[in-house]
Amino acid sequence: MTNLQLVALLVVALTGSATALTREPLRQAAVAGIFGLALAALFMLVQAPDVALSQIGVGGIALPAMILLALAKIREHGE
Amino acid sequence: MTPARRRALVLVALAGLAAPLVVALAGLEPFGHYPGPYGDVLQRAIPSERHVSALVGATVFDYRAVDTLGEEFILLAAALGCTVLLRGRRAEREAAGETVVAARPEPDIAAQSLGALLVGPLIVLAIYVVAHGHISPGGGFQGGLLAVGALLLAYAAGQALALRRVRAEPALEVLEAIGAGGFAALGLAGLVAAGAALENVLPLGTAGTLLSGGTIPVANVVVALEVAGAFALVVSEFLDQALLGRRQDG
Repeated sequence: MTNLQLVALLVVALTGSATALTREPLRQAAVAGIFGLALAALFMLVQAPDVALSQIGVGGIALPAMILLALAKIREHGE
Repeated sequence: MTPARRRALVLVALAGLAAPLVVALAGLEPFGHYPGPYGDVLQRAIPSERHVSALVGATVFDYRAVDTLGEEFILLAAALGCTVLLRGRRAEREAAGETVVAARPEPDIAAQSLGALLVGPLIVLAIYVVAHGHISPGGGFQGGLLAVGALLLAYAAGQALALRRVRAEPALEVLEAIGAGGFAALGLAGLVAAGAALENVLPLGTAGTLLSGGTIPVANVVVALEVAGAFALVVSEFLDQALLGRRQDG
């Protein structure tokens, strides 16, 4: 394992923990997006560019967007 | 059940989970060492059999394409479910005579300019990733998601009303249907012309060129349509109420 891969693993562990520890859903969506991009960097570094690209799409675009949209819908109903 | 007993029960369950996990992890191959035969076999077979250099793409859209077909229909079913739920609720509220007003903050100038600046390049990147799916990493799924990112950027840039005016939902439904149906049609074409579902029926071409790899680039395109259509449909159903509210205000 190279040093770069080790660093990426640490960043994934840190951002993953940060995602779990963030209590406010709106902030959590943003932190989860950063966690997703960290995962993408890790996948790239272990020579899985296809998975890294998918991860950028899912973790960086689709997941945060769906969480934000769902949150907006929930708040709209709550008011 | 008291909290103390519940905690004890959880500890027992976690220990039961941890023990086999530790045993399994201890038996793993060392980091970076690949033991299985399948990857090696595919690595040797794909370039000569399919004239394709993106081995992952060839595996996903040819050697285990039936799997991918199943995954595509999972996405179709999920998008359909979301759409039905969201439309059902809207119909209920409209029938009840409620005015749908959603808070939609005016986009600020930074979001507007950045969004407007990035929409075009992102669409080009999406098309590139889809079209080169059989040559370099990427493909229909990744490119389709990038196209959805472009749609979200357009929304962030405040072009929502423009999106509304073109009545996107029916077109998106058609797009998604073409995507899902296209893959199924590819499978049937293989069954009819070559004797096995999803078997290649197109000329393989010269490796490394855009028009090569037989049915693999076609599969990339239909999957991109399906993924982009499914996500864009759900997103636009989500955004529909907000847009409805805004139109009534103004």
